[in-house]
Amino acid sequence: RVSSDGKPPKFQPPPKPVIIDRKTKKEESRFLSPEFIPPRGRKDPLKYYIERKDMIQRRKVFNIPEFYVGHILAVTTANPLASDKSSRFVGICIQRGGTGLGATFVLRNVIEDQGVEICYELYSPRIQAIEVLKLEKRLDENLMYLRDALPEYSTVDVNMKPVPRMDHEEIPVNKVQVRMKPKPWSKRWERPKYNIKGIKFELPEHKMQAAQKWSQPWLEFDMLREYDTSKIEEKIRKELSEELEK
Amino acid sequence: SITGACRAIQKLTRVRVVDNSALGNTPYHRPPKCIHVYNKTGVGKVGDKILLAIKGEKKKALIVGHKMPGPTMMPRFDSNNVVLIEDNGNPIGTRIRTPIPYTLRRREGEFSKVLAIARNFV
Repeated sequence: RVSSDGKPPKFQPPPKPVIIDRKTKKEESRFLSPEFIPPRGRKDPLKYYIERKDMIQRRKVFNIPEFYVGHILAVTTANPLASDKSSRFVGICIQRGGTGLGATFVLRNVIEDQGVEICYELYSPRIQAIEVLKLEKRLDENLMYLRDALPEYSTVDVNMKPVPRMDHEEIPVNKVQVRMKPKPWSKRWERPKYNIKGIKFELPEHKMQAAQKWSQPWLEFDMLREYDTSKIEEKIRKELSEELEK
Repeated sequence: SITGACRAIQKLTRVRVVDNSALGNTPYHRPPKCIHVYNKTGVGKVGDKILLAIKGEKKKALIVGHKMPGPTMMPRFDSNNVVLIEDNGNPIGTRIRTPIPYTLRRREGEFSKVLAIARNFV
């Protein structure tokens, strides 16, 4: 271009390219239930392969929704001793444990001022329906401290209607800081071993610092404890997609 | 120390009386404690009868929930719940507000009157 002065035109940097990362978005949205990942050990992987086949068979017949710790679920189980032969329990999921067909999750609720927890097996044939009433992740993966928290944090309305989910991408994280009952607690939740971020500790400073004595900062660098599941997860995802298409 | 393993209800456990009887609800300076479990083992689970010491008296009671985790699908309560009972099995209170596990319905013959006054089942 011809400029007014005869000097070269002012350098205009080219427009930055907009990168739409479609690949990573797809990977994040594919949820793999934690019970599919085999634990670290020297067992024959054939055992886990057979278990996964059985798990997929069950999932084809019965829909197990995607849920995390902190969601509010309603589970209807077949119970010969109940009227109508089925019973319904609503509660917050506080823990997901076990691997394979023995995978469990614990639901907690406070009914008539009495805290009740029930441990359900995901793949039990007695379960007739699992509904997710509210999708909400929490800051921790284990909400066992709700036992020592004020009962208002564990109360869930039994007749709650399912909250409609807006996006199909994000699950909101509830950053609530739970207030606790006075000590003694069932476990010393202030210790760094539990690494809890969801409690509002109202303990004096010297107690919080004394709890740090039990911290083990070398644990995160321990190479023998490392368990990289990315490759195992890829394999299992492939298997799942193949089996579910059949 | 010689603390035992986490067992459900045994001798000297403090229990919580759940029905609306006068004996269970009037305040006393000592909590109701178990003094005997009517079982071959000394450990009481849901549906076992125990002897309680309340307000200086001995009274039989039925366990309706304990803090110890049981088999999967069984509810685990946050307190050791108990319903006061006579020797013939008649409950002393008239209403039980706290939830009671369905497994008690299995022994309909023995506990029919207790189940009749229960409101919620879990």
